[in-house]
Amino acid sequence: MVESTIHATQAVVTLDVPLPGIIWGWMITLNMWAKSVGTGVILVGAFLLYRHKKEEMPNLRWVMPLIAFIFLNIFLLFTLTDLHQPYRMINIFLHPHWTSAITVGAWMASLFTGLITIMLIIGIGDAFPNIPFKGCKITAFGRSISPFYEKIFPFVVFLAIPVTLYTAIIMAESSARELWQAPAEVMQMMWAALLAGSSALILVSGNWSKESRRDLALVLAIATFFSFLMYMGEYFFSFKSAEAEATLAYVHSGGAYNVEFWFGMVLGFIVPFFLAVSTMKSDNKTLLRFAAILALIGLYMAKDVWLKIPQMLPLS
Amino acid sequence: MKLGFLVDLNLCMGCKGCEIACKVENNVPLSSWRLRVKYIDIGTFPDTSRNFTPLRCNHCESAPCERICPVSALHYLENGIVNVDSARCIGCAGCMMACPYGAIYMDPETNTADKCTYCAHRIESGMMPACVVICPVEANIFGDVEDDTSHISQYIMAHQGSGVQVRKPEKNTNPKHYYVGGGTQTLDPLAHQRIEGYNLFNNVTHLKHVGDPNHGVLDRFLAPFVGHGEHDNTSMMDWAEDGKSETHQEGGH
Repeated sequence: MVESTIHATQAVVTLDVPLPGIIWGWMITLNMWAKSVGTGVILVGAFLLYRHKKEEMPNLRWVMPLIAFIFLNIFLLFTLTDLHQPYRMINIFLHPHWTSAITVGAWMASLFTGLITIMLIIGIGDAFPNIPFKGCKITAFGRSISPFYEKIFPFVVFLAIPVTLYTAIIMAESSARELWQAPAEVMQMMWAALLAGSSALILVSGNWSKESRRDLALVLAIATFFSFLMYMGEYFFSFKSAEAEATLAYVHSGGAYNVEFWFGMVLGFIVPFFLAVSTMKSDNKTLLRFAAILALIGLYMAKDVWLKIPQMLPLS
Repeated sequence: MKLGFLVDLNLCMGCKGCEIACKVENNVPLSSWRLRVKYIDIGTFPDTSRNFTPLRCNHCESAPCERICPVSALHYLENGIVNVDSARCIGCAGCMMACPYGAIYMDPETNTADKCTYCAHRIESGMMPACVVICPVEANIFGDVEDDTSHISQYIMAHQGSGVQVRKPEKNTNPKHYYVGGGTQTLDPLAHQRIEGYNLFNNVTHLKHVGDPNHGVLDRFLAPFVGHGEHDNTSMMDWAEDGKSETHQEGGH
């Protein structure tokens, strides 16, 4: 643990109670990662719709809300599961405390998921009128409100931005963890969403036009490049607080999360960057998909390390 | 009225009476502490000294735990106490991530956040906190810091020259918990080392769990229907195998 490596002179703790270990663990990592995919596909999907005709991406209208719906539900499921009193989640809606980013985020994410659900019903209803069975009232309802899709889409894109970013505000409110106090956390969340969103859409872009796939590769390349730069900046240069320095010094010195961190950097950012750049010219679908999968795995590892390492520092 | 605490570390002799009194008064479960006394050995032999530092919630005027709590389970009382409503707490542990002093724990009996409340229930009845009553050397001083005539205000004024300190002032939380006779090496957790095996009575440095160790994720959902059953959490007393190999663990997941 970090405290064992702190360079303190002539002062040793000789009796104390056990300290808590990692409090926010893999569920919160998965929660953040899934949310990045869920909001990222909307942001990147909007970018593609702005740049290209719908006909170039024939399944985007239903596959985009479907991916968002699945990953937002994973995000909400693990948000709920991580609570020690899951049934009391309702208190966030019955007794909201608006200074808390957890409260604001929960309200926004719930509204966002609701709108995505409507888009999914419309998208599926239009594309597959006989799914799940012929005469299904839900898909029939979706078809009946079909024009509504285009009307709510701008609001969904707009809402995707704060839903992406609010986790950075929660981390900023976690004032005991100095590593998360950097303003760069907000940008890291945005790059993570663009990285995850482009990666998820790459995996379903097999029959899309070459130009749209090239744009996805471009977004992936830019997102991996800047994500890597920001992690490196924070890892090596940006901190002035003693707590953050002590935390990072432990990782620098080959601590528990050193290997996972560098695997995340290489697998998630460096390799996908070069693969994405190379496929922009060659349009190699397999390589691009490989880059997308690596980026998603690496992003999870990077987020996992960044979430856990500040929790290893003793607070008292 | 703004209630505050002052501990004169020159007087504290590390008897842990306050720690025990707090446990008993508030029914604090095993593996959890609202108040603890940390021993720190300073110096190089033969010039060494043992220092005792009682640590509890600082009842900050600008409390990060209150700000991050999504349901106002952590809230201010009129007398400045940061209180906990465990019936409302959802167990998100946001307060544990926000408190710069590590003063909040997840109660393994109720699976809700809990911490020192300056014995708010006793104060309401006109009594002093249990840790103040038990202290044999009156190292714990409690009272209204906004009242110039109170014992604590007089004590702070009398010791201004020799240094009245709070923990982590750079966090701008404006704690209402003061120390006299402390120093960086006792109040700053980064200024002393925790070396595995150096503890006097055991070498357990980290808890293996956050909240109830006998109830996993599924049990949290089933708990309202099946209750806690035969689990009594006494397994937490079994430190024998936990300590030596323990470095860190994810808890509560």
